[in-house]
Amino acid sequence: MRRAVCIVALLLTACGARQAAAERLVVSLSNHRVQITSSFSGEDLVLFGTIAPDTGEALSSASYDLVITVTGPRETFRTRRKERMAGIWVNVDSREFVRVPSYLAVLSNRPINAIANPETLRRLQVGLDNFLLPQRIGPDIADTVRDDPYRLAFVRLESEQKLYREEPNAVTFLTPTVFRAAIPLPANVPTGSYAIDVKLFAAGALAARTNTALEITKAGFEQYVADAARDHGLLYGLATALIALFTGWLASVVFRRD
Amino acid sequence: MQIYLPIANLPVDTFLVLGMGLAVGFISGMFGIGGGFLMTPLLIFIGISPAVAVASVGSHIAASSFTGAISYWRKNALDATLALMLLAAGVIGTATGVWLFTRLRALDQLDLTIGLAYVTLLTVVGALMIYESAQAEMRTRRGLPALLRRAGSHTWFHGLPLKLRFKRSKIYVSLIPVWAIGFVIGFVGAIMGIGGGFLLVPMLIYFLRVPTSTVIGTSMLLTLITMASATVLHAVTNHLVDAVLAVLLMAGGVIGAQFGARAGQRMRDERLRLLLGMLVLAVGLRFAYDLVATPDNVFSIRRVEAG
Repeated sequence: MRRAVCIVALLLTACGARQAAAERLVVSLSNHRVQITSSFSGEDLVLFGTIAPDTGEALSSASYDLVITVTGPRETFRTRRKERMAGIWVNVDSREFVRVPSYLAVLSNRPINAIANPETLRRLQVGLDNFLLPQRIGPDIADTVRDDPYRLAFVRLESEQKLYREEPNAVTFLTPTVFRAAIPLPANVPTGSYAIDVKLFAAGALAARTNTALEITKAGFEQYVADAARDHGLLYGLATALIALFTGWLASVVFRRD
Repeated sequence: MQIYLPIANLPVDTFLVLGMGLAVGFISGMFGIGGGFLMTPLLIFIGISPAVAVASVGSHIAASSFTGAISYWRKNALDATLALMLLAAGVIGTATGVWLFTRLRALDQLDLTIGLAYVTLLTVVGALMIYESAQAEMRTRRGLPALLRRAGSHTWFHGLPLKLRFKRSKIYVSLIPVWAIGFVIGFVGAIMGIGGGFLLVPMLIYFLRVPTSTVIGTSMLLTLITMASATVLHAVTNHLVDAVLAVLLMAGGVIGAQFGARAGQRMRDERLRLLLGMLVLAVGLRFAYDLVATPDNVFSIRRVEAG
């Protein structure tokens, strides 16, 4: 029985691989664990990769395109809209973006629209315009059309914070089959697990795909403070208040003139 | 020099934050107000999320109020009895405020209510203070005695029962208006998320005729107690107090408060009230402008939850 399952599994994998393409992607990240210390002010990670022919076959194309999508831990955001009512600007309306990436970078070697046709990009969720950003609309949760004002505003506001970005020249081909990409992590990058999805396109069609991961954590003193604030709220609060009193007292002693 | 803030999750310029603490601390020491209504917008401006800013500002205010309170205490310019009486009623006011806050939030127009309340309160209080102190200033110029502390100038609530002598402030008033003021400060503070010093100072001066010199020390003692407890409460409930940010702000704040307290004591009462009135009015107008002016972006994002 177990043997039968194994054989089926093997056959499936083999078929899958054959169907995928004649190419295979091998990627390596300069650092899988980014540690945020007190001097952290953003960082660029480097991803290297090669396009290798699948066992026994030749590469199908001479020119490739590459799109790397990096997604940060998921969070829920509310986008609010103001309107003027009786002369005063008031929040009148809001939409919730449910479990969307807190960081989203789309890195490629040339503009996304030049890589594949809109339908393919849409299906593969390539590019900020095509990435699924589900909104809660009434009882439903669904992504909207790409020019929905809330969606546009959300992507624009996240882009202003450098957390959403589309960079059409972040991937460089060193040789026709060896590439290098810079993953920009801004200073305000959220901590957590990041997924890196690498897609290879040949002549406008997906030729190969692989993924890797990245972990961003606080380290040392930053970690200690963050843990204390989360796990020992009362002690942490009391300590902060005591430090405040101590600082106040210290200043009054230092500056005492009489 | 940049330093990464562990709770706010972003790096800030150390000297910029120290400088902000210093400037707000100076104003706080001079007028006996906490300065939260100045510091919170500044922190939000440099990119810190409003929730973290509100939670972390409390400890900065506590530190600068404490250092200010000590120096006023040494100069006998602090009325502890008055502060305790105000605090007793303030606690009840805060509880009522928190209750109403929750009810208003359910109605979804809390932001607007707070904004309008803020603007009205600040502009009215500021304008009245400027008007009164300008008149007093003119009178002093002409060599006439200031009217405010004129002997026998009693108002109706000097006739109320439950009178108590506040020796430091040299006043003999009923506890009823004292408790009423304490309640209002606690209530408004809880609803608008402010210490309420800028309201307390004028109320004590104009309603209870407390001399400006003791008002500031007394207001600082009250602010210290409220803000130290606010820090602990925020740390327990939202876990959003950024200790690194707080320490930076405090370091600047206490030094600023020391110089501010000194500058305040050298200044004439009328002049001090005039300056505070102008500051309060300016902040009020600034908030009014925000409500009326067309915003750069009609959209804004708020993080709801992680995961």
